[in-house]
Amino acid sequence: MQKYHNKISQLLTGRFPVIAVPYFWLALFFLLPFLIVLKISVAEMETTAISPLVSFIEGKLNLKINFSNFVSLFNDPEQYYLWTYLRSIVFAAVTTLLCLLIGYPFAYFMARSPVERRPALLMLVMLPFWTSFLLRIYAWKGILETNGLLNNFLLWLGVINEPIHMMHTKFSLILGMVYTYLPFMILPLYSNLVKLDNRFLEASADLGATPLQTFWRITIPLSKAGIIAGSMLVFIPCIGEFVIPELLGGPETLMIGRVLWDEFFSNNDWPRASAVAVVMILLIIVPLAIFNKYEAEQMGSNKR
Amino acid sequence: MSAGSIKQGALSKGVLVLVYAFLYIPIITLVVFSFNESKLVTLWSGFSLKWYYAVLHDKEIINGFWLSLKVAFFTATASVVLGTFAAVALTRYKRFAGRTMFSGMVSAPLVMPEVIVGLSLLLTMVTIQKWLGYPERGMMTIWMGHTLLGMAYATVVIQSRLTEMDKSLEEAAMDLGSKPLQVFGLITLPLIAQSLMSAWLLTFTLSLDDVVLSMFLSGPGSTTLPIVIFSRARLGLNPEVNAVAAVTIAAVSAFVIFGSIYMARAEKKKQREISAAFREANQ
Repeated sequence: MQKYHNKISQLLTGRFPVIAVPYFWLALFFLLPFLIVLKISVAEMETTAISPLVSFIEGKLNLKINFSNFVSLFNDPEQYYLWTYLRSIVFAAVTTLLCLLIGYPFAYFMARSPVERRPALLMLVMLPFWTSFLLRIYAWKGILETNGLLNNFLLWLGVINEPIHMMHTKFSLILGMVYTYLPFMILPLYSNLVKLDNRFLEASADLGATPLQTFWRITIPLSKAGIIAGSMLVFIPCIGEFVIPELLGGPETLMIGRVLWDEFFSNNDWPRASAVAVVMILLIIVPLAIFNKYEAEQMGSNKR
Repeated sequence: MSAGSIKQGALSKGVLVLVYAFLYIPIITLVVFSFNESKLVTLWSGFSLKWYYAVLHDKEIINGFWLSLKVAFFTATASVVLGTFAAVALTRYKRFAGRTMFSGMVSAPLVMPEVIVGLSLLLTMVTIQKWLGYPERGMMTIWMGHTLLGMAYATVVIQSRLTEMDKSLEEAAMDLGSKPLQVFGLITLPLIAQSLMSAWLLTFTLSLDDVVLSMFLSGPGSTTLPIVIFSRARLGLNPEVNAVAAVTIAAVSAFVIFGSIYMARAEKKKQREISAAFREANQ
């Protein structure tokens, strides 16, 4: 009896609630929602409600699964959805590449700077991260407008004679996404590069490698985990980005996040919106798995 | 110093300066033009505080601000509690049923596109509401969505502190007869207090800033500040938004700068105390 009692008190104070409470929260607000989206994506839209998948009619159990929402996504002659998905992937990929090209040298030099200066440099990267992302995107509107700050500046310099149209183009969209997601690339790269053992670089130099050779064959391969984690941290959210295309993009930059939004709020077509979401999840599931694998390595050693 | 390393030094400085300029110029322009007299956000016509005055009398902005503040407070608090639980579960219990799925679910909201999280949560709320008649879309549902996201961030921050923490202190307390709950309250909690504070602040600002989840989960009459800003920014430039931005930026920078100075001092003090204790012990 005493033993039994101990077991129960252990159950209430020990590992059980520690695991169960967050588990329950995630199951309720993360797992269940995905199952519901999956369910609605194969349901049919009836006039006012979503038809039930399982129904019990005349003593028979009916299961009705309807793939027409998915079929119709890829069956229209103009391939509206297919192109939007492709466009979103391309924009996300270009953004990731640019973030890597800017972020890698930056993180590298940050990690190579004197030890006492690093916390300040790191804080300067984090600081914009703490200020509202929405307001920082909005700031670019004022800079990129046709009568905006950048055009005025270039006109004043005499580089251009008439304002360039930059706003609501692919250029303004990509610029906004690179700007927003750059810290997400820099931080994992920095935390990886800062641990890089200098002796490897010295050994490589001693063995006759040029600095460029050392960089390509030692530094880059050793920072692979950081490169992958950073790239996924940029690529995955970029695919579904909604706010940046809304504020900085234009008609030529329609992305899938906006399509999902419209299907749900403008067309009130819940099954279609859910199908769009399910396909989006399928698109990011491979990068997500890669991210999870490398994230464990990264976050375990990430010191804030 | 060889010619090569001088060149590298210049390159390094150049890259750092350029990227910091890229990160900060938009923020600086926001603040500067919040003091602009003219309604045109891009043309300077003189110093004025009238947009700040306008913000103070803008009911929509003020109401949105209070709602956002409330949601952010409850989000941060709930996220830190849940995040601590999840972080302890992930660092201290290496084996339990469904651990892989658990760790996947904890970190997935970090990268999951917000439109997907928003849509799925909204559909869930609607489904639950159909069965239970609760919850109405509003502050409560926004809080739930933000806490899902906040918990993921809190877990990462707290987890990284727990991993690097010296476990022998907990083991010593356990050996001396403390119960697990005592160990957690007396040893672990004080040691991770700083990371709990950063996690709280991080999730607070995340919630204060979120647009997409809030737009999915808000109902009539529950318009948060970012929703107000987003709908105005969609229409074009608005000097009141600049004023809000300047205030936010000033508050956040002051907070972060003082916060890190305070933390650096606390760290130094701790180091001094530890070395003093060692000296005494050795005498």
